[in-house]
Amino acid sequence: MKEREAVIIVEGLTVRFGDDIILDNVNLEVYRGEIFVILGGSGCGKSTLLKHIIGLYEPEKGRIIINGVDMTNADDNMLRNVRKDMGMLFQSSALLGSMTVYENIALPLKEYTDLSDRSIRLMVRMKLAMVGLSGFENYFPSELSGGMKKRAGIARAMALDPTILFFDEPSAGLDPITAAELDLLIKNINNGIGTTMVIVTHELESIFNIAHRVIMLDRGEKGIIAEGDPMKLRRESSDLRVRNFFNRHIAEHLLEGA
Amino acid sequence: MASERLSFSLYGNPGEKITLYLSGRLSVEDLDRMLSFIEELFREKRPAEIIVDLKDVTYMDSAGALFLLELEHRAAQESVNVNLLNMSFKEKGILDLIDRKSLREEPKLMGKRGPNLVEQIGYSAMDFLKDIKNVISFTGIIIIKIFSSIFHLHTIRWVDVITCMKKTGVDGLPIVGLISFLLGLIMAFMSSLQLKQFGANMFVPSLVSIAMIKELGPIMTAIIVAGRSGSAFAAEIGTMKVNEEVDALIIMGFDPVKFLAIPKVFAAMIVVPFLTIFSDLFAIFGGLVVGVLGLDLTVHTYIQQTMKSMKIFDIVTSLIKAVVFAVLIAGIGCQRGFEVKNSAEEVGRATTSAVVSSLFIIIVVDSMFAIVLSYLK
Repeated sequence: MKEREAVIIVEGLTVRFGDDIILDNVNLEVYRGEIFVILGGSGCGKSTLLKHIIGLYEPEKGRIIINGVDMTNADDNMLRNVRKDMGMLFQSSALLGSMTVYENIALPLKEYTDLSDRSIRLMVRMKLAMVGLSGFENYFPSELSGGMKKRAGIARAMALDPTILFFDEPSAGLDPITAAELDLLIKNINNGIGTTMVIVTHELESIFNIAHRVIMLDRGEKGIIAEGDPMKLRRESSDLRVRNFFNRHIAEHLLEGA
Repeated sequence: MASERLSFSLYGNPGEKITLYLSGRLSVEDLDRMLSFIEELFREKRPAEIIVDLKDVTYMDSAGALFLLELEHRAAQESVNVNLLNMSFKEKGILDLIDRKSLREEPKLMGKRGPNLVEQIGYSAMDFLKDIKNVISFTGIIIIKIFSSIFHLHTIRWVDVITCMKKTGVDGLPIVGLISFLLGLIMAFMSSLQLKQFGANMFVPSLVSIAMIKELGPIMTAIIVAGRSGSAFAAEIGTMKVNEEVDALIIMGFDPVKFLAIPKVFAAMIVVPFLTIFSDLFAIFGGLVVGVLGLDLTVHTYIQQTMKSMKIFDIVTSLIKAVVFAVLIAGIGCQRGFEVKNSAEEVGRATTSAVVSSLFIIIVVDSMFAIVLSYLK
């Protein structure tokens, strides 16, 4: 593992909402080109961790380093440069409702490059072709289905060929086939471009399908309780909570109560 | 990062086999250059065959892949063969991600063709009429539901009514008070400038109180409530529509109008008359400040003069007016909220429209009151 280059480093991250400590002293590294999955039951702080990594929230304690830049004390210019190099697919896709799909994807291109309109049009078409949404440029997000919105969201996140892509529950609310297609798309992009992917999910099937490495968070522990290859963790983890999660078992004390 | 910029070198004679050596970064920053290079290549060299050598390419992103595909596409149009040499595994991976056929697919909805001027006038006239119909029918529904709720008081969601009364009434009191106070102050001051010349200072108190109680009190209060609360109702219900919360209520067997709108309408009906009374009092107090400080009237005289000019009839009708305004403001606010379908933009439009339509209807209804009351006397 040592020779691999860490693109995201989280050091001693502590997150607190009011009096509640959600995450306590979390350390992790994400390596270039891997598909890294953050998982755990509801309320364990998965999405919170992700939002701290991308810099939407400020941490109580600890440092987050992306591509060598310390996000916690970077100036605006540096932040802008790091942000240009990452894309995010939000849970609800977060496409701007007042703009067409085309305008949504063209938005980062217009902001960060000075390409001509013709080039932007070609770029948008190519991104749509990449996510299998060709021909939908003039649709408004409200006219798209859930799966199509996610695809458009990915196209927008990839507009500038970022080296890191973040996904917040990509398959939430999708039918199994659409979810599997989305997994395949994520895999293909990772294979083709070598984009580093950080994914928050609790869909077991897609974890086994796409993840190179996972970490599991736990609410009680307020941190990471397992790390590694999901297949291996399912078989060999010494922690009952981890095995239960991967095998979809309900904890025993809950079963007894039922 | 942009240490080695992209450079093109061409070998071969025009009209024959052309070899294109690429070196440096094939990235999005240079896409414009790359695309114009393709045009140039075909215009000036008219190649019979193209060989692209990618040996010295240090980095290629999807824009670089796009360039190669555009080159192939253009070459295919001229029936020229393109061979890509020395492509790395990674570059091939990017190229394979893009489906060549779908890149050429035409947009399914061609550019949004707007209606022409005549059509626009027609559409907005139709919208306007439809809007009037909607407001009238919604107000009708609200009134029916108010009466049915009055006979079944236990079906009203009183907790909502009380929180809404606080938001509309208690929280609105400071601004209503301040504006009315200043209004009274200004009225008294401006009228005294004129009345002083005739020694008619004694009429300032009655001028302020009659103007406030009969017209300005209800109107000012209604305008402020429309701006503060009517818009809030529209935004709240509109956002609930976007989040499918209203649909959830329907599925659970609730009547959304009764669940969401009636408590708000009730709260407004209770609170707006009180706000109107406060508005009158604050304005009279504002007039009193001017009267005492500027016109040498005593507090006692001022109040006595004010009391003399007040009539029970005026006060009662002013409160009835306030109740009617309250129903209209809350009703229109809720109706605009329910009209939202599914986007944030529509919530904004509903909020604006709630305020504008409320103001319009307040003025219309107020003039109707003025005419009816003048005959009633």
